[in-house]
Amino acid sequence: MTKSIAIVGSGPAGFYAAEALLEAEMDVQVDMYERLPIPFGLVRYGVAPDHQKLKGVTAVFDGIAAHPNFQFFGNVTVGQDVEIGELKAAYDAIIIASGAISDRKLGIPGEDLNGSVSATEFVSWYNGHPEFRDYSFDLSHPCAVVIGNGNVALDVSRILAKTPEELASSDICEHALVALSDSKITDIIVVGRRGPLQASFSIRELREFSTLFDAEPVFDPADLEATDASPEELQDAARMLGILKSFAHPDAPRLATKRIHFRFLLSPHEIEGKQKVEGITFSRCALEGDAFKRRPMPTGSHEVVPAGLVLRSVGYRGRALPGVPFDNIAGIIPSQLGRVTDTGGQPVPKLYTVGWISRGPSGIIGTNRDCANATADAVVADLRNASTP
Amino acid sequence: MTHIVTDNCTSCRFTDCVSVCPVNCFHGDADRLYIDPDLCIDCGACIPKCPVGAIVEDIDIIGSPLIDLNAKQSAKLPVIKTKQAPLPGADARRDKLIAEGLV
Repeated sequence: MTKSIAIVGSGPAGFYAAEALLEAEMDVQVDMYERLPIPFGLVRYGVAPDHQKLKGVTAVFDGIAAHPNFQFFGNVTVGQDVEIGELKAAYDAIIIASGAISDRKLGIPGEDLNGSVSATEFVSWYNGHPEFRDYSFDLSHPCAVVIGNGNVALDVSRILAKTPEELASSDICEHALVALSDSKITDIIVVGRRGPLQASFSIRELREFSTLFDAEPVFDPADLEATDASPEELQDAARMLGILKSFAHPDAPRLATKRIHFRFLLSPHEIEGKQKVEGITFSRCALEGDAFKRRPMPTGSHEVVPAGLVLRSVGYRGRALPGVPFDNIAGIIPSQLGRVTDTGGQPVPKLYTVGWISRGPSGIIGTNRDCANATADAVVADLRNASTP
Repeated sequence: MTHIVTDNCTSCRFTDCVSVCPVNCFHGDADRLYIDPDLCIDCGACIPKCPVGAIVEDIDIIGSPLIDLNAKQSAKLPVIKTKQAPLPGADARRDKLIAEGLV
């Protein structure tokens, strides 16, 4: 008998789960539910518009969606238009693949001032997410601060640094292209609490900064010397460090219109301003703890950076779904090998999870294939057991 | 641009890479894997998965015959999309490659 499985969410994790189920030796019907009218989640609304090649992965998703036993239902919000209980009654298994779409806050004074926003909002706006298209961002001040040392911080910094001509060759939304073409931002300051060796930048994304038409990256080697790194740590981060060091050329004349400053050992203390953001105060930090476990500790001194825009990219968390267990601290659905677990650690019948909502916001598109295979294996094993008399 | 499988894969064939490839661009024979440059989307998910550091970006090995080799071999070999057992002796070869500083 055909087993019916619902997948909630249509990003990479959802699609790879669908693929694994459709390829399993079991007769299955897979129905995918998506809150937005169109699929692909963060591949569509998260991946930067100038990373076209990466977006080519949607051709694989199209292939999965073409399977005769696959259906897509867009514009359906699970937990609102249809309850988890109703899905449980209608399906043999439900896989939650809703991702980690809420951003973490800094928790500092001034964070709610006009001009202090999450990088997610900015990314969603320039990628044409329907819920963010009417946002506007004040790009009139010469300095923007980007808080965070991951690839999202690099994405938003690069988009702010590109010329209108560079942006026009991407698939950035027209409304964002118009606004960014008028941008008065000349200095983008990317700030991390820890040192350069602890940054989570990918090599490939960092390297892109040396190829920009009219913007140059800046790095002060003093930030590295201040961290007193062990040889093992230096070796581990050798490639990233090589790129950062190539950004350090203090005596060369500055020819580009824009600069991207990579700053480290600065922890956001307070966002300053009356009606809107006028600047941000950082606590200077020093690293404490053993190699590979360094923590930033404030030294007691501060640095004030005037700025008109503060974009925070300090982590993401999932949203709770009514009727599904949720770990409020980690921001994930608790699970073991893909099976959703209750507060006692016991599997909840029929409920499974995959991707960022299950393991937190780490890993890239392909990482979800591994994760999806594990979840699909659990679903198939449980459905087989259930059918065995 | 694309990613390239190097000779480090030969006689190891760990295949940890294939289960994170979002576009199934790995092909292989009995000895090793190759990447189809027309399918690879340069995401880099495979690089940290390889125990012998056998995956590099083409811009890091400009002019290498490996670039052509990957294109030619992937065109005629089957897709490998699920993890398989490493070749016998893979662990010993990995240790040797590490000892020689080739990983």
